[in-house]
Amino acid sequence: MPADASQRTYLDAGGRAPLHPTARAALEAATAEGWADPRRLHTEGRRARLLLDGARESIAAGLGARTEEIAFAPSLTLALHHAVLGVAAGRRRIGGTIVASGVERAAILQAARFAADSHPGGRVETVGVDALGRVDTPAMTAALAAPGVALAALQHANGEVGTLQPVAEVHDAARVAGVPLLVDAGASVGHIDAGAAWDVLAADPPDWGGPDGVAVLAVRSRVRWARAWPEDESEGGWFPGGVSVPAALAAAASLAAVRRERSAGRDPRWAQVDRIRARVAADVPDVQVVGDPVARLPHVLTFSCLYVDGEAIVGGLDRRGFAVGSGSACTSSTLEPSHVLAAMGVLTHGNVRVVLPPGTDDGAIDRFCSVLPAVVAEIRGALGVADL
Amino acid sequence: MTAGSAPADGPVVVDARGLRCPLPVIALARRARDLPPGAVVVVLATDPAARHDVPAWARMRGHGVARIEEGPAGVWHLTVRLAAAPA
Repeated sequence: MPADASQRTYLDAGGRAPLHPTARAALEAATAEGWADPRRLHTEGRRARLLLDGARESIAAGLGARTEEIAFAPSLTLALHHAVLGVAAGRRRIGGTIVASGVERAAILQAARFAADSHPGGRVETVGVDALGRVDTPAMTAALAAPGVALAALQHANGEVGTLQPVAEVHDAARVAGVPLLVDAGASVGHIDAGAAWDVLAADPPDWGGPDGVAVLAVRSRVRWARAWPEDESEGGWFPGGVSVPAALAAAASLAAVRRERSAGRDPRWAQVDRIRARVAADVPDVQVVGDPVARLPHVLTFSCLYVDGEAIVGGLDRRGFAVGSGSACTSSTLEPSHVLAAMGVLTHGNVRVVLPPGTDDGAIDRFCSVLPAVVAEIRGALGVADL
Repeated sequence: MTAGSAPADGPVVVDARGLRCPLPVIALARRARDLPPGAVVVVLATDPAARHDVPAWARMRGHGVARIEEGPAGVWHLTVRLAAAPA
């Protein structure tokens, strides 16, 4: 056994990266200063409200939005649910069709089905992707130009395979059709710029090293929406009950910090992912490295190993000190494999998803690449499939 | 007809019902190894991943996917035509 098995290397940062030091410091400071209910009228409440307003302003600057366009949500899932339900309700009279790429996050696809079920003519039109996971732009353009479309959803980048989506082209088409575009930027904000091609945008602080328990929904003021839940004035009516002020402040402080770090030079994770991609393809037989090798997120890489059980490979790497994710069916609570891998037509079993947290060092990448071929070979040896 | 035999030109059946991923693909690959080029194999599978992974395996190995059908009781019928012999 390697002597350093107790040394852990965390390569499963998608949606939950280790807490950024700035987030930790901001959480502590804001817990001391901003613990009160921001809706109260006394000095303590006012202090919490000022902190929350400051967080909103800072997040708005980071996303290229106006301060009043930002709502804090308690989770990315709820942010996406309410974005779909709220816009669908506001545009109910226009129609009940929701257009979405087939590789959107489950929260969007589930909310779209839920919204469509409550509309007499409701339906969800999912648009296919190519082998790299990029949406079929002409098909998406045609779908959202049809009559009766309440909203369209296209992620900024796919968090499972890293591929960037053609949001600029699709947003142009949506604008021509007069359909609002919801862009899930939960996997990209904090790593690359969100851009301006959106009408509604969701971001996920724990994905960039911010705290758990807070997410961001930015809604352009031109977008028509209506509550599809009980009335409550918190967060502009979007999220009843509001959010934790310290969490919102730590989210804003950590986004500003990662943006500053990024502006200091090229993110080393771009080259680290290229290195893993090349070494996996060279050193592991019968492997499919998936996702766009160029138009991608800086820190995400996914590959599938033929004849290998996803649970076994996650376990084998874990025993050697590496935490990775997987989209294989046997690693999910259901029997279903990742709908993203399935839509791309690539192998769903033996899947490994590597999502590098900020600050990953090159040594960790080399150690991972050295250990992986033996882990795969061991599993294939046990199954007797090495010669197939 | 004796048990286990098939019509001379009929497809070979790999019964992978009840097997979880990646076992249906492994069963198919084992069987395919002993078949002549151009042979047609039908995989029966209940694992939802097999519906995606059998075609993905065929593409990786240069074989063709002839048909993907969902039969009764959640059984997928996945028909693969093995590649012709290399020249």
